[in-house]
Amino acid sequence: MEINKDLIAASSTPIVLAILAEEDNYGYAILQRVREVSGGRMEWTDGMLYPVLHRLERLGHVEARWEVASTGRRRKYYGLTAQGRAHLAAERRQWQAVDATLRGIWRATPLPQGA
Amino acid sequence: MAAPDPAVPLEEQIDEWRSFVRRRQAIHSVDVAELEDHLREQVAVLGDAGLATDEAFLVAVKRMGELDALSREFAQEHSDRLWKQLVASPSGSGELHAGSRRDAVVAFSFAAAAAVAVKVPVLFGLQLDEDGEFYARNLSLFVLPLLTGYFAWRRRLDARTLGWLAAAFVAAAVFANVYPFESQGSTEALTALHLPIALWLVVGIAYAGGRWRRVEGRMDFIRFSGELFIYYVLIALGGGVLTAFMVVLFESIGIDAESFIQSWLLPCGAAGAVLVASWLVEAKQSVIENMAPVLTRLFTPLFTAVLVTFLGALLWTGRGVDFERDLLIQFNLLLVVVLGLLLYSLSARDPRAAPDAFDVMQVVLVVGALLADAVALWAIGTRISEFGFSPNRTAAIGANVILLVNLAWSAALYLRFLRGRGSITSLERWQTQYLHVYALWAAIVVIVFPPAFGYS
Repeated sequence: MEINKDLIAASSTPIVLAILAEEDNYGYAILQRVREVSGGRMEWTDGMLYPVLHRLERLGHVEARWEVASTGRRRKYYGLTAQGRAHLAAERRQWQAVDATLRGIWRATPLPQGA
Repeated sequence: MAAPDPAVPLEEQIDEWRSFVRRRQAIHSVDVAELEDHLREQVAVLGDAGLATDEAFLVAVKRMGELDALSREFAQEHSDRLWKQLVASPSGSGELHAGSRRDAVVAFSFAAAAAVAVKVPVLFGLQLDEDGEFYARNLSLFVLPLLTGYFAWRRRLDARTLGWLAAAFVAAAVFANVYPFESQGSTEALTALHLPIALWLVVGIAYAGGRWRRVEGRMDFIRFSGELFIYYVLIALGGGVLTAFMVVLFESIGIDAESFIQSWLLPCGAAGAVLVASWLVEAKQSVIENMAPVLTRLFTPLFTAVLVTFLGALLWTGRGVDFERDLLIQFNLLLVVVLGLLLYSLSARDPRAAPDAFDVMQVVLVVGALLADAVALWAIGTRISEFGFSPNRTAAIGANVILLVNLAWSAALYLRFLRGRGSITSLERWQTQYLHVYALWAAIVVIVFPPAFGYS
């Protein structure tokens, strides 16, 4: 199943923030987590995550720091800020509202077979 | 990028990939490091899953996404990066930053030295407003030795080259000052005008730093000269705004700033600005598109249209060219502008590209300028006996002939290139070698003209 680009773009912010709410993390692991949770249904192009992270950093939702990983390489970790936490909570309420609306409509109209 | 060769070790492949990504200006090196960490982890994970290293690398690069799309995303997020910040650019490694910082400090020290140099003659009782002729003759000697010194420092010139450059400046100082010029004479004005042209070649040799013998080295100097001119004009405009505000502000509290501006700010600023502009060109050259070729692209069609229309009108109306005193100088300026348009479109041209419509327009421009100049020369030639060879007229005719020869041969080379019989590099070689001719002619005007015309 392919999820359309607009939806991917719109959902990237809450998804990244939600993953960072679990624990501070770095790019590759964030993508792994997305794959894991979505069961492979959310296919992000790897590189595209980084502009998203940089935007969140610029907006003050996340903070970045460089650490030396166990492999000896320098790695950039991202963590949620208080503002990011608040933003995530707001996003969560919005997505739940959208989700509830769609559920309410689709309860009455079952998905046609084969579609 | 090319498919990886299995025999090439991973590190080399990653090096290649890194240099590839670094070329995108929206992706800074710190981002490349982040992406590289990602790439390495992906390769390691895929390797653990049983893929060969080269396969793992291929898959990892593919998953990273199309580089164009990625750099577009980065550009959208970091749109400021497309507007290169020069003076305080925080990008790059710390070492690089320290280097550019030291460079800036040195450049500004040289600029300060040039500003001071302008005022040194005052210690010997030579005032700018009273001894204007002295300052006019020696103008280039206040600034250009320091500019040469700056490049000597940057390019780490050896002592032998330095000795030659210094000797050239000493010789220039001697010729500018030992001749017993008549007051208000035209040979003195010619010296003031031609000395900087001759000395500009000395600056070029320091700029090229050992590459002067090569076409590329001289071409770089031509590029530098064009950019320097543009930066200098911009700085001068800014300086004009500054002085205007200074006058108004101090006037409002009853202080007359004008004498300070005239005897300090203007001369010192004008001298120092040459070095600051040079430093800016040097610092910016790899960062931003050069302005001179852009302006060339804009104005070549317009100048071509004007010249073609002029020649058409000349033919149509059958009018002769009115000979005025300054006509030749104006046509010299026209040839210089056309030459500049030719040079700077050449400097930005990919030598391997096939000829296109713009090249044809260049040829039309050059041929049009040649014809227009021929008309002017003919108009002057018919009456030269009547006017005689004054120093000014001789210098103007000499310069005109030099420019004419250059453009005529350029047109020939360009036509040959258009017809697929020669390469554009031969034109480049011709232009860069011709630099010597200008300097030589300027030196002749400075050295030979005053005694030949009795210092009049």
